[in-house]
Amino acid sequence: MSAHATPRPGIPADETDAHTWTGRARQWLLKKLPPDKLLPEDQPSYVASWAYVFGMGAIASLLWIIISGIVLGLNGPQWYHVSSLGSFVNSTHLWSVELFFIFMVVHLWLKFWMAAWRGGRVLTWITGVLSFVVSIVAAFTGYLLQTNFDSQWIAFEAKDALNAVGVGAWFNVANVGQLFAWHITLLPLAVGAVVVLHVLLVRVHGVAPPLEAAESDAQLLHHRPESTQSPESTESRDAVR
Amino acid sequence: MTGWLVASLGTVGDGTYFGWDGFTIQSGNLIVIVVMIILFVLALVLPFPGGKRRK
Amino acid sequence: MTRKSSSISWRKTDDLASRPWTGSVREYDLIKELIIGVVVVGLLVLGVSAIFGSPDEPSVSLKAWATAAPADFVATATKELAGTSDSAGYGPPYNPTPDASQKIGPVDLQSLSGVRLPVDNGNDFVIAPLATLPSPPADLALWTAATDQQRSDWAAAYSIALAAAPDNDPAKVADGDYGPAPALTGALLDMARQGSLDGVLQNGGNFYNTDYTRSLLFLGDGSYFPGLAASQHLSGDQWGVMNETGDTPGQSWLWLFSLLYQVEPFKSAANADALVVVTMLVLTALLTFLPFIPGLRSLPRKIPLHRLVWKDYYRNR
Repeated sequence: MSAHATPRPGIPADETDAHTWTGRARQWLLKKLPPDKLLPEDQPSYVASWAYVFGMGAIASLLWIIISGIVLGLNGPQWYHVSSLGSFVNSTHLWSVELFFIFMVVHLWLKFWMAAWRGGRVLTWITGVLSFVVSIVAAFTGYLLQTNFDSQWIAFEAKDALNAVGVGAWFNVANVGQLFAWHITLLPLAVGAVVVLHVLLVRVHGVAPPLEAAESDAQLLHHRPESTQSPESTESRDAVR
Repeated sequence: MTGWLVASLGTVGDGTYFGWDGFTIQSGNLIVIVVMIILFVLALVLPFPGGKRRK
Repeated sequence: MTRKSSSISWRKTDDLASRPWTGSVREYDLIKELIIGVVVVGLLVLGVSAIFGSPDEPSVSLKAWATAAPADFVATATKELAGTSDSAGYGPPYNPTPDASQKIGPVDLQSLSGVRLPVDNGNDFVIAPLATLPSPPADLALWTAATDQQRSDWAAAYSIALAAAPDNDPAKVADGDYGPAPALTGALLDMARQGSLDGVLQNGGNFYNTDYTRSLLFLGDGSYFPGLAASQHLSGDQWGVMNETGDTPGQSWLWLFSLLYQVEPFKSAANADALVVVTMLVLTALLTFLPFIPGLRSLPRKIPLHRLVWKDYYRNR
């Protein structure tokens, strides 16, 4: 209500005077993820390896999956069988999925060997695995939606595994109407939501430092933080600049 | 693009399979797995081009 | 170089991994990396798609089945009448066949849903479609008037006779008391060859349809459709879950799911599907919660591949 509760443009939100739920939510968000953490212009010096490009590769692939999927979805399921343009768009949908999984799996392998869950980053690991699992289900429903011999057979085979654990009665792989709902709305939204959460968590926590990094490393020695410093402070990094 | 309404035996093309002892793998899947392993190894060993350092 | 062993703990403590980095930094441009990524991946996708395309094997219709393998079609229709086909004895969610569900110990997840997608094989696949014909076969009335026992006796006898006939040819079956079974299955074969069975079985008299459960179960009860799949290495015992038709890569990420079906104790288990799914759920949970699992989470320290990832950092410290 009062004017001083609203931060003036260019001045960071005052940490003390928000009293509405919205104001507190904004404060919490800005504290967790200030804009320079969300869209950083620098990274720790150890972020210098090809190991760091695969997450972005997976995200880029996901964008291509979504674009090609929208074109396929808008034209309906029969289009790609009879149109050469449709067939090509279907190919790009397939290959962007293959690339998505290739990048995601290499990313997962690398993050395991980097023990990237260290230092409070466990939820980043969990959301990463979750996005892999949800993507597998999304891809599976895509294979069922091909409306060709492959999808016929996959539906016939897959029903047994789903029925055996009591899921097939509700998730009926032979019901193409249900599959459209899953593949075109629910699962893409789920993959998107988990991936966004995963990326935001990476930005909140920053990139995990090398496993054997120590306080005595040259990269840290000249700007050793005070032990009393709050973990959220960015003062010393600003000083480095 | 012909005849998606009509299926016939002859149109089903054979894939290439490699196998040992009941373990078989289709060529496409094999290539994908090999590509992932190669990318993993390259990511570890290839030198990363040095970015501008800010001190 | 001896340093104290670093922590692989997921916990947020006061160590280096838990604090914001305060050391030296390098320039980094998030948006630029994203744009470069989208362009590079886009070129890759377009290039690979142009070179390899994607497979699209036409679907198999009941018409194609009846035309290519009429003996198999008639034998399958007869089994549906006798109630001896695979799907007739499947159990939930299609029918209430006792002791058909896959259990893990005393846990019977398959039966939890009950018969939620009811399929009455003989009636749904054979009798009801024939009744929709402009002039249904006269034997249809004979069948509907008979007792359940009489019907299954006729169909079972005809099923055995078909299996014994040369080439399983319905025209070469030995004489016997098969009632209306030969006439009904023969009429269904004609109906399928003309292409009208596909529509009737799929839409059940409605204009719209998106549910292919009945058609798929009927197709799968024969040996023609599974035979086509086997010739494409798509069967469950051929790692088929992860294979695509031709040489195009399929769902290679299902390799472990596929592998379990090839090895004991899953391979010969009657409840293989339930066992495989539950095993995969457990393994997925292990991967998800790996940072909490002692031993597994220490592997990155014991096998220090990270020294390659951070070789520049370790060299310069």
